[in-house]
Amino acid sequence: MAEFLAYLIAGIATGAIYALAAIGFTLVWQTSQTINFAQGEFVMLPAVLVLLAIKLFGAPIWLGALIGIAAFILIFGVGFKLTVVDPMIRHGVLPLAIATMALSIIMKEGAKDGFSAEAQKFPSFVPTETISVFGAAISLQHVAIIAVAFGVIGLLQWFVGGTRLGRQMQATAQNPTVARILGIPVERMVLLTFVINAALAVVASVLISPIYLAKFSNGEVIGLFAFIAAIVGGFNQVRGALVGGLIVGIVDSMAAAYISTSYRLAVPLVLLVIVILVKPEGLMGRKEERRV
Amino acid sequence: MKMHWIIAAALGTAVSLPALAQDKVKLVDVVELSGAGATAGTNWKNGIDLAVADINAKGGILGKQIEIVHYDTQTNPGNTRAAVQRAIDEGTYAVLGPVFSGPIGASMQIAQRAEIAQLVGGEAAGLTKQGNQYLFRTSLSQTAAMPKIAKYLKDTVKAGSVAVVWVNNDFGKGGRDAIIPELEKAGIKLAVDVATEQGQADFAADAIKVKNSNADAVFVYLNEEESARFLRAAKQQGITKPMVGETTLLGAKVIELAGDAANGVKGHVGLSIDAPIPAFQEFGKKFQAKYNYVSDHNGMKGYMAVYMVKWATEKQKKFDKKGVADTLRGATIKTSEEPGILIETTIEKNGDLDRESFLAEVKDGKQVITATLPKINP
Amino acid sequence: MTAPATHSAAPAARRLPLPGFVDGTLLTLVAAAVILWFAPSGMGRYGTYVLSLWLVMSVAVMGLNLTLGYAGLKSLAQAAFMGIGAYATALLTSKVGLNWYASFAVSGLITFAVGLVLGFPALRVKAHYLAFVTLAFSTLIWLVLRNEQWLTGGVFGLSNIPRPSFFGLKLDGALAFHRFVVVVTFLLAVVLWWMIRSPWGRAFTALRENPIRAASLGIDTRMYTLLAFAIGSAYAGFAGALYAPLVEFIDPSPFSLSQSFFLLLMVVAGGAGYLLGPFIGALLGVVLPEWLRFAGSLYLIIFAGIVMLLLIACPQGMSGLLERGWAKLTGKKEGAR
Repeated sequence: MAEFLAYLIAGIATGAIYALAAIGFTLVWQTSQTINFAQGEFVMLPAVLVLLAIKLFGAPIWLGALIGIAAFILIFGVGFKLTVVDPMIRHGVLPLAIATMALSIIMKEGAKDGFSAEAQKFPSFVPTETISVFGAAISLQHVAIIAVAFGVIGLLQWFVGGTRLGRQMQATAQNPTVARILGIPVERMVLLTFVINAALAVVASVLISPIYLAKFSNGEVIGLFAFIAAIVGGFNQVRGALVGGLIVGIVDSMAAAYISTSYRLAVPLVLLVIVILVKPEGLMGRKEERRV
Repeated sequence: MKMHWIIAAALGTAVSLPALAQDKVKLVDVVELSGAGATAGTNWKNGIDLAVADINAKGGILGKQIEIVHYDTQTNPGNTRAAVQRAIDEGTYAVLGPVFSGPIGASMQIAQRAEIAQLVGGEAAGLTKQGNQYLFRTSLSQTAAMPKIAKYLKDTVKAGSVAVVWVNNDFGKGGRDAIIPELEKAGIKLAVDVATEQGQADFAADAIKVKNSNADAVFVYLNEEESARFLRAAKQQGITKPMVGETTLLGAKVIELAGDAANGVKGHVGLSIDAPIPAFQEFGKKFQAKYNYVSDHNGMKGYMAVYMVKWATEKQKKFDKKGVADTLRGATIKTSEEPGILIETTIEKNGDLDRESFLAEVKDGKQVITATLPKINP
Repeated sequence: MTAPATHSAAPAARRLPLPGFVDGTLLTLVAAAVILWFAPSGMGRYGTYVLSLWLVMSVAVMGLNLTLGYAGLKSLAQAAFMGIGAYATALLTSKVGLNWYASFAVSGLITFAVGLVLGFPALRVKAHYLAFVTLAFSTLIWLVLRNEQWLTGGVFGLSNIPRPSFFGLKLDGALAFHRFVVVVTFLLAVVLWWMIRSPWGRAFTALRENPIRAASLGIDTRMYTLLAFAIGSAYAGFAGALYAPLVEFIDPSPFSLSQSFFLLLMVVAGGAGYLLGPFIGALLGVVLPEWLRFAGSLYLIIFAGIVMLLLIACPQGMSGLLERGWAKLTGKKEGAR
C-alpha cells in the first residue's frame, strides 16, 4: 500500500506538469480550432531564453528572467499570433496546424544552434527540499507545480466566467461572427488568448526546467504527454487539461510500476485511443456541434 | 608561339592541381548533429575541431594542413549512409564518426567496400564482431568495460544483488546485454531490470521501483542528462544504496547537472578529463577554453580519432588510405610517439581498443580517481 | 472538377496531337523517368544514392498527399506505415527468403489493411480524430519495432537486407538499383495519376472541396476518406519496401513520430493536392539538406522556414508557386482554386 501511494504521488506530481503544459493546447484550440504542435517547444523555450539572456548580457538571474520572459511573450505570444496565425487562418485550420509543426522544428533547432546542444541547469525559484506525505517522498518543487496548476485553472475559470473581459473572450471563442456583431473587439480578444498562452508557457517552463533541466529536445516529451493529456481530458475545456494531465501522470507512473517498463509509453497512448473511441470529446469536454 | 601558350597552360594546370591537393588532406566527419544523438555528436565534433586546430597550428600531418568537413546524419541510418558515401566520393582520407551504433551499423560496409578506415565513437559490443577490417573504435567496448564493473560490484561494493537501470537505445541496451551475463558469472543477483526512454524527463517512478527492489547496489547505464535526472529522483526518493556506473555516470556533465545528488556515485571510467593523467587534464582545459563547457568522453574520443589518423600517416610516411587501416590494425600507439593520443592505446585486430582505465568516485562535486586498472592484455 | 495538378500543364498538352488521355502531368512523369534513368551517370555512388532516396521518400509523400492533399485528412503515421513496409520486406526477403516482388505486395497489403482498421473507428467520429489516433499508432509501432528484438532486431536494427533482382539480372549496384527504383516509382506515380483522374478520384476532390455538398450528392464520404487513407498508407508501405533494400539496414529511428511530421511538411512544401507536388516536397526535404551540408544542422531551420513562408504566402506550396509563375508567364488567369 505504501508502495502504491508512492507511485500515486509521483504520478500526481508528474501529472501536474503535463496539466500545466496542456492548458495551452486547450486555449489555442478554443480560439482558433487548431492544434499547436509546437506546444512542447513553447514550454521548452522560455527557460532557454532566460539562460541565454543571462549568458549574453551577463545579467543577474532576475533581470535575465525578465528579459527572457518578455522576449518570449513578445515573440511567441504577440508575434506568433500576428505573423503565423493571422495570415494562415484565412486558408483554414489545416495549414496552421502544419505551420506549428514547422515552427516546432525552428524553435527546437534554433535553441540547439543558438544556445546549446547540452542540457543546462536552471535555477529553482522554489526550495528543493523534499517532504514526506504519508511516507511517500515529494519535493516542494512538485508541490508548487501542483498548486500552480490548480491555481491557474481556477484563475482562468474565474476570468472567463466572472469578468467582462473574460466573457468577451469566451464569446469570441464560441462564435466570432456573433461576437463581432455584438461589438466585441474580436481581434484583440484572440490576441489576448495568445498572450495568455505564452505567459502560461513561461510559468510552466520556469517551474518545470529546474527539475527536467533546460534542453532543446525537452519539448518532444512534454509536448507528447501534454497532447495526450489534452485529448484525454477534453480539448475544448480548460479544466480538461487538469484532469487529463493528472490521469496521464498517474497512468504513466502505474505503468512504469506494474507493467513492463519498455512498453511504459504505450499505456497512456492506449488510454488515448480508448477515450477517443468511447468519449471522443474527452472526459471533461463538451460535445462540439458541427459547424456547417 | 601559340604552342608555347598551350604547353605553358598545360604545365601550369599539371603543376597547380596537385600542388593544391598537396596543401591539404581532407577528413570528413559524419556525425549526429541533430536528432537523438545531437549531444554526443556535438561533443565528438568539437573534439575533432580542437585536434585539427592543434595539428594545423603545428604544421599539419606530414606538412599538409587538415581540411575538416562535418556532415550531419540527423541520427538517421539512411542519411548516415548517404553522408559516408559522399565522404568517400569526395575523397576523404579517412571517415570519422558516427557515434551512435545504429548509424555505424548502417554505414560501416561502405567504408569497408572502399577500403577506407572508419574511426567511430560507438561502444556497442556487436560492431567489432562482424569481421570488418576497416572499423576502429576510439573507446573501450562494452564487452571490455562490463567485466570490470562486475568485478568491482563483487569485490569492492560487495553487492549480492544489483538493480540495473538502462536507457532503451543501442547504447543502453548493448550495455545491459553485456552486464547481465557478467553479473551472473560473478554470482550477483539481478534485483530489478528497469528500462527507461531516451530523453525521459521524469524518473520518479523508476526510482521508486529501484528503491522497492531492495538491491544492494544500483547500476546506472544512461546518457548524461538522464543520468543526472535519475540521480536527482533517486535522492528525492531517499535511495541510499551505492550508485555504480560506467564512464557517463561519473562524467563532468552529470556532476554539474545532478549537483549534490551525484556525490557518492562510483564506478569505472574509460576516458575522463579528471583522470590523473596530465594529458587528459590538459585536453580538458583546452576544450573548456575553446567551447566554454566541459567535454564529456565523446569529446575526447573525437580528439583521439584525429590523432590516430595522424599517427598512422606519419608511421607509414605517406598518404595511403588503405595503409591507415593496415597501420592501425594491431598497433600500439605510445604517448611518447604521439602525445595527442593522450594515453597509450593498443588497437586489436578486430578494431577494439585496449587501454588503462580507472575506478572513480564522486566526492564533493568532483570526480576522484581511486584506482587505475591495467590494460586487459598488458 | 479536375484535379488542380492538371491546370498547369493542360494548355501545353492541348497543343500537341496526342491521345486524349495524355495530359501534362503524365508527360512530365515520363520525361522525368527518362531523365532520372540516365541522370546518375557521372554522379558517383553518393549522388545516385541520394537520387534513389529522394524517389523512395517521394513515394511515401505521394501516399500522404492522397490522404492530406486529396482527402483532407491529417495522418501522423506515414513514417510508421513506411516502417511496417520496410520491416515486412526486410524480414520476408532476408529471413523467410521470399522474393522482393512478393514482399513488396505483402508490404502494401498489410499497410492497406492496417490503414482500414485504423481509419474506420477514427473517421467514425470526426476527421481530425484521425490525427490523434495516428499519432498514438505511430508511437506504438515505434515501440514494437524497438522492443521486439527477436523479430525486428530492436535498437540494433536489421542489416544485410538483400536487393532484388530483375529476371535474373542482379540489381546490387548503385546504378542498377537506382534504375529499378525509377521504374517502380514511375509505375506507382502513374497508378496514382490514373486513380485521381478516374470518377472515383474525382469524388475525392469533390470531397475535399466541399464535403457537405459531396455528401448531399450521394457520395459516401466516410467510405471515400477511409479508402484514401488506406491507399495513402499502402504507398508508405511500398516506400518502405524500397527503402529497406536501398539502405540495406533498418532500425526504428527513421520511422519515428518526428519523421511522420517531416513527411507531412514535405507534402505541404511540395503542394498538397498536386500530383507532382510530392516530388518537389521530397526534393526540399531530402535533397536540399545534402546541398546545404555546409550549413551544418541549420538546414532543418531553413527547410522549416521555407515551409512556413510557403504556408503564409502560398498555401498551395511550390506547385502552387510554379503554377502562379506559369500563369504570369503565359498571361493567363490562375486556375480556379
